Amino acid sequence: MTAQHDIVLELKGLTKRFPGIVANDSIDLQLRKGEILALLGENGAGKSTLMNMVFGLYQPDEGEIWINGQPVSMDTPSKAIELGIGMVHQHFKLVPPFTVTENIVLGMETKKGLALDLKSSVQRIQELSDRYNLNIKPHAVVDTISVGMQQRVEIMKILYRGADILIFDEPTAVLTPQEITELLAILKGLAAEGKSIIIITHKLKEIMEIADRCTVIRRGKVIDTLQVATASPEALAERMVGRNVSLHVDKEPATPGERLVEVKDLHVKDASGQDMLRGVSFDIRAGEIVGIAGVDGNGQSELIEALTGMMKVDSGSIRMNGAEMANLSPRVVSESGVGHIPQDRHKHGLVLDFTVSENSVLKSYYNSPMSKLGILQENNIRKEAERFIESYDIRTPGTEVLARSLSGGNQQKIIIAREIEANPKFLIAAQPTRGLDVGAISFVHKQLIAERDAGKAVLLVSFELDEILDVADRILVIFNGQIVGETTPSATNEQKLGLMMAGKLGGESSNG
Amino acid sequence: MAKLKSFINVFKQESIWISIISIFLGLLIGAIVMLVGGYEPILAYQSMIEKIVGNPYDIGETIRSIMPLILTGLAVAIAFRGGMFNIGVEGQIVMGSIGALLVGHFLELPPILHTLFAIVVGAIFGGLWGMLVAWLKTSRGINEVVTCIMLNWSALYISHIVVRMFMMEEGTARSKLIQDSASIEMPFLIQWFDGARIHWGFIITMLLLVGYSFYMNKTKWGYELRAVGSSKHAAHYAGISVNKTIHRTFFISGMMGGLVGTFEILGVFKYLAIAPTTSGLGFDGIAVALLGMNTAIGILLAAALFGALMYGSQGMSFGADVPGEVIRMVVSIIIFFAAAPGMLRVLFQLRRSTRRKEVSARGNDSVSH
Repeated sequence: MTAQHDIVLELKGLTKRFPGIVANDSIDLQLRKGEILALLGENGAGKSTLMNMVFGLYQPDEGEIWINGQPVSMDTPSKAIELGIGMVHQHFKLVPPFTVTENIVLGMETKKGLALDLKSSVQRIQELSDRYNLNIKPHAVVDTISVGMQQRVEIMKILYRGADILIFDEPTAVLTPQEITELLAILKGLAAEGKSIIIITHKLKEIMEIADRCTVIRRGKVIDTLQVATASPEALAERMVGRNVSLHVDKEPATPGERLVEVKDLHVKDASGQDMLRGVSFDIRAGEIVGIAGVDGNGQSELIEALTGMMKVDSGSIRMNGAEMANLSPRVVSESGVGHIPQDRHKHGLVLDFTVSENSVLKSYYNSPMSKLGILQENNIRKEAERFIESYDIRTPGTEVLARSLSGGNQQKIIIAREIEANPKFLIAAQPTRGLDVGAISFVHKQLIAERDAGKAVLLVSFELDEILDVADRILVIFNGQIVGETTPSATNEQKLGLMMAGKLGGESSNG
Repeated sequence: MAKLKSFINVFKQESIWISIISIFLGLLIGAIVMLVGGYEPILAYQSMIEKIVGNPYDIGETIRSIMPLILTGLAVAIAFRGGMFNIGVEGQIVMGSIGALLVGHFLELPPILHTLFAIVVGAIFGGLWGMLVAWLKTSRGINEVVTCIMLNWSALYISHIVVRMFMMEEGTARSKLIQDSASIEMPFLIQWFDGARIHWGFIITMLLLVGYSFYMNKTKWGYELRAVGSSKHAAHYAGISVNKTIHRTFFISGMMGGLVGTFEILGVFKYLAIAPTTSGLGFDGIAVALLGMNTAIGILLAAALFGALMYGSQGMSFGADVPGEVIRMVVSIIIFFAAAPGMLRVLFQLRRSTRRKEVSARGNDSVSH
């Protein structure tokens, strides 16, 4: 049915090996004109490696890339751009102090004599923006525009260079729910105008919403290609992970015990003296998961850092088992039994240039058995890392590779293993599943629930409402540095929570 | 066995080839410049090599000029690993010599005890001077580069004041001598090397080189230092006191500088001169640490190279009439290429073939294991 000329991009037997790993194993893939093809796979399955080969960043060890029916050698990204391929990376490559136009033309500026001719560029950008509904302001400075808008500038950059094949690497990972909706509409519009799109993702919801077909990759191999219209999310998830996964969290009702953590009238100022927490009070019982819902930037980070000793508390008290914990050092807090899965695993959770072994003992390196008389016990450290790798299924070539070289999901597993295996009484999990795939998310959720069932107090801070509703036993809503409502998953829903998070609706019951 | 294996592994890494090519290019460009200037490069390099290894005295003096470079290389490397730039080794050297001179000149102690005490005091003087930088950084938020440079000059003028006020040798521009009981000369080695000024600092330096590798990679304090150096945020999260670690790092780094000054006083000169500028050894240490990639073996090799080149340059000007500045230039070209490896990759097309090696090299990045 599909004519030969309809296929704009074809990969034939593409193979890429790294030392110890076959990242892509003889991958065949076809992209048709005007379609949206989703590339689905777990972290480390080989999606990014594959797309980097298509974009000329890596050279395949075997196989061919065909464009519009012709074999091509894709040796540099500029060759890829020349052939009409554009890629929007997960982390944007923009110059913040430059305007939108300057960023877009960077590297291919039109000149009038010695001077830049930005006027004609502005005009072209405006045209493209109108045509594809991007709504871009050519004169805005990139520093001042939202993340969603920055992403559109990235899209504009590749359209401006005449791309017909657009590759998106996890485009929704950094966006707010509204921005995601807008982006998906833009992608549909681009496809309708005849652009062919590959979107790398592991969010099933988005695939169901916009993709025409979905190619699933697992451990470097193509498992299946499905028509999205006739597939179910469960089927996609099963192919991705290789076993049945439940997309819903199974848990018994909580059986909370005595009050373990009591926070009273907590006030925290940031470095510039602004009030970030303004009288936060709540408590957590042993054996329950309390979820903190809220839009990013309403005091969640400060709350977590105050609880873990990483930030100074201005006034108020934090008690654990009745003992005052406010303004103790992070080490003392962690030694008194507080585990912390931090929000930003690259900034806080790991030393990226340390090995997996070294990161496994980030909080225990200074004590026996990890060090004796100040000397690190390398055998014990390595054994600890091996134990984590074994019981948390961390995919790594070994214990002595740098944490930086692992995929996000596996990095997160190191942190989770380290924090849970330290056997804390009180576990704080901040955005624990950010950037993880379905399999890993359900793993993390199970771990949190297992901790709860083992009688720990768990605090879950998340911007994902699904996560809060699925995992938490009790929900607190934070807004503008205050707890503005308290509810339970069964008594609320996404809409109600959304309104509470915007500060527009009180909770079902007042807190205290 | 494991030591030997890791030593061989060094040569399998791309970075070692970058260094070797840089050295070769430096010497080559130096030769071209000499040709252009009407000198004979082959004769010049010949006389340089002769000066380095020609006779026992020169061998001994070459070793003597390598030693301080190892220590200043270590000083800079320690701070580098801790994520900071110690450009104040110059000042720490001066403070070390003041400490050693005060103890060596004024105190009356039995020989070995006197020496040990002078060394300890010299090291502590340098260490405290370094820690001052760290304290200004942590308590006042001043960038260490600024304070380092200012404290270099402060140290120099303090040395002038101390010498002039307490122990000026009449009719000269230098201090009185230290007592013999504080000397660290090694008479049997001096004899062996025909009078070259070899001293016990040599042994201590080699021990410190091994100690550096051990401290960095095998102790919890080295772990903390590297953690703070790689990511202050992660270190803070892990419960490591970032400020305390910065203080400790600069104290140890400063001690290395202090020891350079100490050894120069106790082993080489016996006095402190009223000098218009500092020695420059501390700045050379930056080059050593850079070329040596902050590893013990690398620092040893880089210091040996630079020390030999600098000492040998004297022979070049004597034997081939080439000004010593040419060797300074060769050294800077080596550093230039070593610091900008991207350029070498383009020149030699190392890029494609080594990309994979980088991935595998990540596993054994710390060469000095």
